[in-house]
Amino acid sequence: MPLQPIKFYQTGSFVVGNRLLDPDERAVQARIDRTNSLNCGHRACQGCGEALGARYALDAAMRATGNQMVAVNATGCLEVFSTPYPETSWRIPWLHSLFGNAPAVATGVAAGLKAKGRSDVRVVGQGGDGGTVDIGFGCLSGMFERNDDVLFICYDNEAYMNTGVQRSGATPPAARTTTTPAIGPEPGNVFGQGKNVPAIAMAHEIPYVATATVADLRDLEYKVTRAMDFRGARYLHVLVPCPLGWGSASGDTIRIARLAKESGLFPVFEAEGGEVTDVSKIRRRVPVEDYLRLQTRYAHLFGEHGHPGTVARIQAVADRNIRRFGLVEGE
Amino acid sequence: MDHEKPFAITLDVGSSLANKTGAWRTERPVYLDLLPPCNQACPAGENIQQWLYHAEGGGYEAAWRQIMADNPFPAVMGRVCYRPCETACNRGQLDESVGINSVERFLGDEAVRNGWTVPMTASATGKHVLIVGAGPAGLSAAYHLRLLGHDVTIRDAGDAPGGMMRYGIPRYRLPREVLDAEIDRILAMGVRLESGCHVTDVVAALTEFDAVFLAVGAHIAKRAYIPAGDSARILDAVALLHDVEDAQPPMLGRRVVVYGGGNTAMDAARTAKRLGATDALVVYRRTRERMPAHDVEVTEATDEGVAMKWLSTIARADGETVTVEKMRLDDKGFPQPTGEFEELAADTVVLALGQEADLALLDGVSGIETEDGVVRVGPTLMTGHPGIFAGGDMVPSERTVTIAIGHGKNAARQIDSWLRKGDHRAPQPAALASFDKLNTWYYSDAHATVRPQLEAARRVSTFDEVTGGLDESTALFEARRCLSCGNCFECDNCYGVCPDNAVIKLGPTRRYEIDYDYCKGCGICVSECPCGAIEMRPEPG
Repeated sequence: MPLQPIKFYQTGSFVVGNRLLDPDERAVQARIDRTNSLNCGHRACQGCGEALGARYALDAAMRATGNQMVAVNATGCLEVFSTPYPETSWRIPWLHSLFGNAPAVATGVAAGLKAKGRSDVRVVGQGGDGGTVDIGFGCLSGMFERNDDVLFICYDNEAYMNTGVQRSGATPPAARTTTTPAIGPEPGNVFGQGKNVPAIAMAHEIPYVATATVADLRDLEYKVTRAMDFRGARYLHVLVPCPLGWGSASGDTIRIARLAKESGLFPVFEAEGGEVTDVSKIRRRVPVEDYLRLQTRYAHLFGEHGHPGTVARIQAVADRNIRRFGLVEGE
Repeated sequence: MDHEKPFAITLDVGSSLANKTGAWRTERPVYLDLLPPCNQACPAGENIQQWLYHAEGGGYEAAWRQIMADNPFPAVMGRVCYRPCETACNRGQLDESVGINSVERFLGDEAVRNGWTVPMTASATGKHVLIVGAGPAGLSAAYHLRLLGHDVTIRDAGDAPGGMMRYGIPRYRLPREVLDAEIDRILAMGVRLESGCHVTDVVAALTEFDAVFLAVGAHIAKRAYIPAGDSARILDAVALLHDVEDAQPPMLGRRVVVYGGGNTAMDAARTAKRLGATDALVVYRRTRERMPAHDVEVTEATDEGVAMKWLSTIARADGETVTVEKMRLDDKGFPQPTGEFEELAADTVVLALGQEADLALLDGVSGIETEDGVVRVGPTLMTGHPGIFAGGDMVPSERTVTIAIGHGKNAARQIDSWLRKGDHRAPQPAALASFDKLNTWYYSDAHATVRPQLEAARRVSTFDEVTGGLDESTALFEARRCLSCGNCFECDNCYGVCPDNAVIKLGPTRRYEIDYDYCKGCGICVSECPCGAIEMRPEPG
């Protein structure tokens, strides 16, 4: 049963809480007693989408598992800003090993718990797009292939932000990073490269794969909760805008994530056993330009020396997603 | 060295709470309450957003009490107000304005049905105020003066209280049991009413009373010179509407021509239809766009079969015809004669050319100044004569019931302050919660609920109320369309979207607080607040 939006209560279920709804119908994030898995004092930048996405996802997972949960973290921003020795922002059992082995460590934790007969304790692995899409990819594929009982969450901010905004396998075409500078006839990252890990995860035919953004909290919480209904390997890919690397205003983090979905550039869907079972429809369709213009990593596409042809190619990517996933009602 | 620690570990484990990230901030989010456009537009000064907030949660009595803080006539308002609030409503730019007026009517009717009353908690001041005129301004002033602890006597020339609400607004727009219920509720608060009483000497009254509020309205019909044959039948709209109320409706004949383009003209034409006229024609010298009548009145009149003749003046009236001259608008929009004439069949001509105030009671009163037939007053509504205040249609105003009610409230507060030798100044209003301050993404898509209307056939034959009310479920739906512009409605968005957990949720009705120890000043809460109730300000110091 996909997420059912609640209608006509002024803000329905678009907002986090909504005083007109029963407390049980409000988001986990609306609760005074939410876990706050990632506590105050962490050193993420102003407006960090990843810090937000991690708290959203892990608080929901804590609620879904009755607080019986262990998190395993890959190296990356999330690990660095949350645990500068000797401080920690984590209020949950949390483990960090290396950049590339988080899925394998999570597998090990799950195996250990199984050996101890603790089937009640669930395991979440998490990392950024670098640790997931590139460096930890072999371990991740192995975890999928063995169908280990782990939910792996990728917080995708589309580059190596912690080390200074280098291109990753999740960096979108035309985006400027320090390793894909905005120079030459086709500035920024190239078209036609990179990896679509949600699609790769689906190709493993694992029980559950979903995408989400920090702009739709209800949907994200639903997907984390839904993932906990399954045993075996599960994958959640969350788009988390990065004000630093994307060159966006810190207050625009959620707005940009919303525009990524509403333009069709980031399709939000869920899949079971390799089949798409539900997609989040576009509510107020916008051209990709609305999304791109808020980010200086695309600044070279606009203005006097802009690249309208490149913008059109990006629009074609969005249009293809809309067609492929049926993102627009009635089309 | 502590040997309990693992190898190579020298520091105790600490929480990141030690790291006060608030020090990074250059700007800080601050909660505020802005002025919603509906509140700004309301001539009676109602806090509409606030009473809708109560109604959204089903707190109808609390909602009604919030209206009553400013306006003692919710059920009347819900029928006759021209709804400047709905014109201003930000939701109109999203889909359709919130049906504020229909919710107000629902609340007003609920109060009458349940017999809700307003408690008087102020201690008696011993001061006694005379109000001249029991129309909306006078009754509103009486209500607010009683709440402030003053004794009130109203002297009114009419047989029954209500002024133009009774003698100007036809029953099909305002049923009398509704009007009576709301007036009776005010009188039951200890207001002494002397009906059929003409006040002629205001200065003498000042020896008997501590202050006087004049609200005699504008009951004298303006006349225009129309050459008329002996058999021509010409009456004025004020008298027509008054006589209908007194159950002595005049004989109008089958074909009635109404001359004028205001709301009174529409009421006269619609009343003529109900009195048996087969043809009711409104003749107006300018165009529909320039007509002073409100759209809703024109539309309802047209629906009932009232015909309109624009750009025409009546040149002559005879027994069974009137002669009209066609007009054209000049560059400045003024009608100019064309010399083309036309004859129309008419048994009666009703003049609805506006009304004037009868200011005879002010003759010889020192200090009073009049201008264009109305009394000049300052912002405190006091005339040039100390202790004599004036409001409603007899002072410069657009002459609607709602404006008069607003005058009554203001007059009561000013009189109270004058009697206490204080200085009542309304607090500086907050900045406007304009549409661009909202994040409309978060509001559900919901179109307005339309009030049921009586079928046109039944409308023209009876004086039954034309427009119906909403039932509870539809009123609740309508209230919940409110965007709560500029005022927190506890959606929890700020609490949810903060990446630094720096918003503290205080619990129901207590809203939120920013934890400036950890707030980094990213501004996401400001961007994602649906109603624009948070703003960024430069860090002090």
